[in-house]
Amino acid sequence: MGMTITEKILAKAAGRESVKAGELVDADIDVVMCHDVTTPPAISMLVEKRIDKVFDREKIIVTPDHFQPAKDIKSAELHKRLDEWAKRHEIKYYYKLGRAGVCHALLPEQGHIRPGEVIVGGDSHTCTYGAFAAFSTGIGSTDLAAAIATGKLWFKIPASIKLVLNGSLGPGVYSKDVILAIIARIGTDGALYQAMEFVGPALGEMSAEARMTMTNMTIEAGAKNGIIGFDDVTKQYLDEHLTDKKDYTVYKSDSDAEYAAVEQFDCSAIEPMVALPHLPSGGVPISECAGKEMDQAYIGSCTNGRIEDLRIAAKILEGKEVAIRTLIVPATPTIWKQAKDESLFDIFYAAGCVIAAPTCGACLGGFMGVLAAGEKCISTTNRNFVGRMGHPKSEVYLASPATATASAIEGKLTDPRKYV
Amino acid sequence: MAKAHVYNRDHINTDEIIPARYLNTDDEAELARHCLEDLDKDFISKVSEGDVIVAGEDFGCGSSREHAVWAIRGAKVQTVIAKSFARIFYRNAINCGFYLIESAEALEKIKDGDEVEINYKAGVIRNKTTGIDINFKALPDFALEIIEDGGLLEHIVKGM
Ligand code: SF4
Repeated sequence: MGMTITEKILAKAAGRESVKAGELVDADIDVVMCHDVTTPPAISMLVEKRIDKVFDREKIIVTPDHFQPAKDIKSAELHKRLDEWAKRHEIKYYYKLGRAGVCHALLPEQGHIRPGEVIVGGDSHTCTYGAFAAFSTGIGSTDLAAAIATGKLWFKIPASIKLVLNGSLGPGVYSKDVILAIIARIGTDGALYQAMEFVGPALGEMSAEARMTMTNMTIEAGAKNGIIGFDDVTKQYLDEHLTDKKDYTVYKSDSDAEYAAVEQFDCSAIEPMVALPHLPSGGVPISECAGKEMDQAYIGSCTNGRIEDLRIAAKILEGKEVAIRTLIVPATPTIWKQAKDESLFDIFYAAGCVIAAPTCGACLGGFMGVLAAGEKCISTTNRNFVGRMGHPKSEVYLASPATATASAIEGKLTDPRKYV
Repeated sequence: MAKAHVYNRDHINTDEIIPARYLNTDDEAELARHCLEDLDKDFISKVSEGDVIVAGEDFGCGSSREHAVWAIRGAKVQTVIAKSFARIFYRNAINCGFYLIESAEALEKIKDGDEVEINYKAGVIRNKTTGIDINFKALPDFALEIIEDGGLLEHIVKGM
């Protein structure tokens, strides 16, 4: 019996010829991602247990992002603990304010993600990096502490489900709409404990950035990891972004690999989608919800705060004004600079948007755009749980940057196809 | 006396268990003060040491924040009984040395306020209010080993 790409990567990391879904293995970790919310507690645990060491100072990537720049005294203390630790251990890739960015946009951009590797991070959306044919999953603080100190973790090999993306995306339809349609079909626990492997011709039309939007949201279906095989698109992105270590191993799923399920999607039939509150699985086509009034639009986050997303928003906004509060949050300093250099900021400014510094900020109801009771926000983020972006009685509607921008212009949920 | 706090809901997520606005601290006692706040703002005034939470499917879905486990543990809850758990929450709980019970029947057989007694080794929840016993499958051996050592890091230190 053949193996899936996920099984192959984990087998190699565990020093095994082969593994099967359900087996427990101890795997070597290649990259550990650390940010300002889950890492400080991990550091405290290590200090308390007297195992305050790092397994490899070059394989731990540190970037404060959630409450960066510090939003209050308590978050400043978190940053201070992170900073002292990163300096004490001479962490090589420590991104400080000015270079720090939303982790899942920053790591691939700065060349820390390679195919065939095992990546863990103290953040549930660490599954994003699977867009580069790597195994990547989110962990909590105790696991993070263990990974930092030992470079190893236990894993149960996940079964895989195969998502076949057929057809071609129509104008105004993006990878965000595809993943919202997928989660609407399979549910928030539709891939619980499993790997979501994306295949099919529609992937060929998606950029590496667009693919990251999909793997980013696999956790919203309960998945352990999301993964996309290596191809020319992957290669081109890596050629442009890998700096230090440029070699990697490419694994592919065998044709006789076993899948727990195979789901077919006709991307040509997918409309712009909006996930209604309060679950990411609440996706409905825009035709079923257009017209609902919004109070705020948010374009940013690890899901859709990359340059491609900002270009889509700017193109729609050019020469127009927004009707509601609109926040544009470039996910990293590089993206911020690119957007400035491409004069996208001029368009955003003229339209009446505010442009923020790279941060997670309001995506998790932290700061920089928190919602009041009863307010509604159309957002390009990945989660619309109760209270996610502010007051427990506020509402978050998830959509693509195009849909969020069109809705910002009209002040209500709007089909972006009339603007593209 | 362990009282059951029953939430007949699926997908109770980490933002409901501990809202992100409180993630600027990892102090367990402080997190506990906001435990389940956005789901039931009275929970923290109702809960007593050793009580249990009973819920539906996919409990703990969402973020990787271990703060969700700490908030529950800090509220002195002894265990969460759910139809199923989200993956990272499940893993975090084991790593923290915190028991979880997966049970398809508990939600039907335990009412809010019922008194329960749990035998983790035997895999039995006794509903003392109704006299009904509910069997459950204990956690896998490797997980019990970690819990018995007091958590993953203690487990690792022991093996060092
Ligand atoms: S942008 Fe939002 S979802 Fe992404 S890492 Fe930050 S808080 Fe999490």
